[in-house]
Amino acid sequence: MELDRYIPRHSPAHRADARLKILFIVATVLGIALLPVGAFVAYAVVWLVLVGASTIAQLGPLRLARGSWVVLPFVLVAVPLLFTRPGEVLLTFELGPLGLTITDAGLRDMLSIMAKSWLSVQAALLLAYTTAFADLIDAIRALSVPAIIVSIISFMYRYLAVLTDEAGRMSRARQARSAAAPTGQTGGSMTWRARVTGAMVGSLFIRSYERSERIYAAMLARGFTGTFHTAELPRPEGRSLAWFGIALAAVVVFVIAVNLWALR
Amino acid sequence: MTEPSSPAGGIVIEHLHFTYPDGTEALRGVELSIDPGEKVALVGPNGAGKSTLLLHLNGILGGGHGSVSIDGTTVEPATVKRIRAAVGLVFQDPDDQLFSPTVREDVAFGPIHMGVPESELHHRVERALAAVGMSGFERRVPHHLSLGQRKRISVATVLSMDPSMLVFDEPTAGLDPRGRRELMAVMASRPETLLVSTHDLAMVAEALPRTIIIDEGVVVADGPSAELLQDEELLEAHGLEKPTC
Repeated sequence: MELDRYIPRHSPAHRADARLKILFIVATVLGIALLPVGAFVAYAVVWLVLVGASTIAQLGPLRLARGSWVVLPFVLVAVPLLFTRPGEVLLTFELGPLGLTITDAGLRDMLSIMAKSWLSVQAALLLAYTTAFADLIDAIRALSVPAIIVSIISFMYRYLAVLTDEAGRMSRARQARSAAAPTGQTGGSMTWRARVTGAMVGSLFIRSYERSERIYAAMLARGFTGTFHTAELPRPEGRSLAWFGIALAAVVVFVIAVNLWALR
Repeated sequence: MTEPSSPAGGIVIEHLHFTYPDGTEALRGVELSIDPGEKVALVGPNGAGKSTLLLHLNGILGGGHGSVSIDGTTVEPATVKRIRAAVGLVFQDPDDQLFSPTVREDVAFGPIHMGVPESELHHRVERALAAVGMSGFERRVPHHLSLGQRKRISVATVLSMDPSMLVFDEPTAGLDPRGRRELMAVMASRPETLLVSTHDLAMVAEALPRTIIIDEGVVVADGPSAELLQDEELLEAHGLEKPTC
C-alpha cells in the first residue's frame, strides 16, 4: 500500500510552493462546495479548468478524471436524496414493499452533490499528483497544523509500507502451509480458521507495538526529548505569492459571480 | 566527523547489572573497559545480553546496579543528553532507525536536536551521506531503498552527530555479500571507537582486533580476536563457531 500518489514531472504545478498549493486547493474545494445547486454550467467550467491544469502539469488532460473513481462509494451516500426531496414527480416504482418516487428536485440535488464531490476529489488529486508526500508534510507543518497530527501522518507514511509488508509476509507464510492432504482432504473448521486469522491480526498488532518501542529507542539514542525540531522552510518568493493571490481572487470572483447569477 | 582533537571514545563499565521488568536477568555484573579508538567485537549467543548492554551505553536502559561511563562521564539522567551525542548507536533493523519520510530529514534529526544551526545542517547531512557512499539520496524515501542502502543511511544518521564512538547492533545481519562488503568498508574508514555486536565472526577476524565474549549476562572472555577465534573449545562452550576463513 502506498500513500504516495506523486507523479514526478517538470511543470510549473510541480515547482509551485507546496504551502501555497495546499491553501489554494483547500480554497478551491471550499469554492466548489459553495457553488449553488444545479449550476451545471459552472461545474463544467470548473472541470474544464481542472483539465487545463492537469494538462499544464503534464499529467494528460484526463488523468484526474481517471484517478477520481475512488470517490464512487462515497457519492452513493447522495442517492437517497433522489427519493426524499419534495418536487415534481418524474417516476414512481415499487421495490418490494417500498413505493419509491423520484422527483426533479431530488434528481437535481443528487447530481449536484455527485458533481461537486467528483470535482473536489479531482482538485485534491491535482495536489497529490504534483506534490511529493514529504513536501506535503513539511507544508502542513509550516501551515501550523498541530505537531502531533503532523507526526502521526509522517509516521503513518513511513510505516504503512513496512506494516503492509509484514502483514503480507505473515499471510504468505500461512498460505504456504494451507495445504490439502494427498487425498485432497482439507481440515479445520470455519471457527478455527477465523481464530487463526484473529491471532494473526493480534500478532501484527504486538509486532507493531514492539516496533514502536524500538523506533522510540532509536529516537532517544539520537537525542529526542519529546518535541520535534525540524528545519524551517524558506519564505515563498514574491512572484509565487503574487500568482497565488491572483488565482485565489479568481476562485472567489467566480464563486460570487455564479451565486449572483443563480439568484437572478 | 572531524578527527577528535583529544582522544575521546573510551568506555568503562563496572559491575553492571540489569533486570527487565518481566524478571529476566539480562546483565549480571559486566566489567569491561575500551580505550579511545579501539575496534572491538562483542559476541555471544542470542539472549546473552549484547543488545541490553548496547542500550546502556546510550542511557536508554539503566537503573540497575553498577555504572557505565563514557570518556569519564557517568551515564545518568543529568548527563544522558551529552552522552547521546558522543555515542552513535546504530540499531539492527534500519526500519526502526529510519523513521522520517525522507533520508535527509532522518540524517538531520540528531543534529537538529543538538541545536546545530540551519547554516551548518545541510553541510552535516551531505558529509554524513558522503561518508557512507550515499550522496544524492537526500530526497529519497527510505522504504524504496535496499536493505544495504538503508543500513548505510542508518550509519549516516549517527555520523551526522559527530560522535566519538560508533556502536553497531548486528550490522551485517541479512545483508548480501556486496551489502556486507560496502558496510564493512564504511566501518573500516571510521576513526571513531567501534563496538560491534555481531554473530559474523568472519567480519570480526578481518576488521576487529579485539573480541569480548559475553554469555548469560557476564563477560566470559576478552582478548585479541586472533587468539579467541582460534579457541574452538571456548567458542563452542558459548554457542559460537570458529570462522572457516
